[in-house]
Amino acid sequence: MATVELRFSALPEHVRTARLVAAAVARRAGVDEAVLDEVRLAVGEACSRAVGLHRSGGLESPVRVALIEDEKAFSIEVGDDASAASGRVPGARDTEAPARAEAADADSDMGLAVISGLVDDVEVTADERGGLIRMSWPTTTAAVLP
Amino acid sequence: MDLSLSTRTVGDRTIVDVGGEIDVYTAPKLREQLVELVNDGNFHLVVDMERVEFLDSTGLGVLVGGLKRVRAHEGSLRLVCNQERILKIFRITGLTKVFPIHNSVDEAVAATD
Repeated sequence: MATVELRFSALPEHVRTARLVAAAVARRAGVDEAVLDEVRLAVGEACSRAVGLHRSGGLESPVRVALIEDEKAFSIEVGDDASAASGRVPGARDTEAPARAEAADADSDMGLAVISGLVDDVEVTADERGGLIRMSWPTTTAAVLP
Repeated sequence: MDLSLSTRTVGDRTIVDVGGEIDVYTAPKLREQLVELVNDGNFHLVVDMERVEFLDSTGLGVLVGGLKRVRAHEGSLRLVCNQERILKIFRITGLTKVFPIHNSVDEAVAATD
C-alpha cells in the first residue's frame, strides 16, 4: 500500500488538511524544502479539482489521496469518482446541472493548467472508476546520487 | 490559517488587505468582499497580498472575476506582492500580463496607467 493514504469527504474545508498532510509526508520522504511549496500547491489543486467534480456530479463518495514514498521519488495520486457517476470524461459537461458543471469545469481546467505548469512529472488518466492525477518529485537522496 | 480581510481608503483607491490562505474553501469570502466593494461604488481597488501565505487557482479565479467587475465600471484592480512563491503562480498562468503587480501599496496608489 501507499506510505500514507487519505480519504476525505468532498468538501472544500478538507483540502487544506490534504495539503498539510502531503507536505509533511513529502518532507519526511526527503523532497527538497524548496520544492515543498510546489507539492503543497499541486496537491491542493488536484484535490480542489476532485472536490469540484464530486460536488457538481452530486457524488457522495470521498476523494482519495495516496502519498507514496519509494527509493528515488515521492509520488502523489489524487483519485476522483467523476466518470463513474454519469459516464462523463474529465472536462465533459453534466447535462443535469449545466451551469454549475460549467463553472466547475472552468475551475478544474485552471487547476490542471497550474499543475502542469508546476510539476514536470505528471500523468492525468481516467478509467471506469474516475479520474486520477499522478505527480512525482525526486527525493533529495536520489538527486545527489550520480 | 484562515483568511483575513480588511479594507481602507486612500484617496479614490480602496485597499483590500488580505492575509492567510486563499484556497477553494476561503476564496468565496474574498469574492464576496470584492463584489460588495464594487456594488458600493468602489471601482479602484488595490489588493495587498503581502500577508498571503497560500494562493491557488480558485483564488486567481476570484481576482480575475474582481478585475472583470471593476473594468465594467472603467475601474482598476492592482495587486501588491513581493513574495516569490505567490508571484510564481501568476507567472505560470500568464496572469502577470493581466494584473498590474506592484512592490508596495504606495506604488500601487500612485500608479495611473
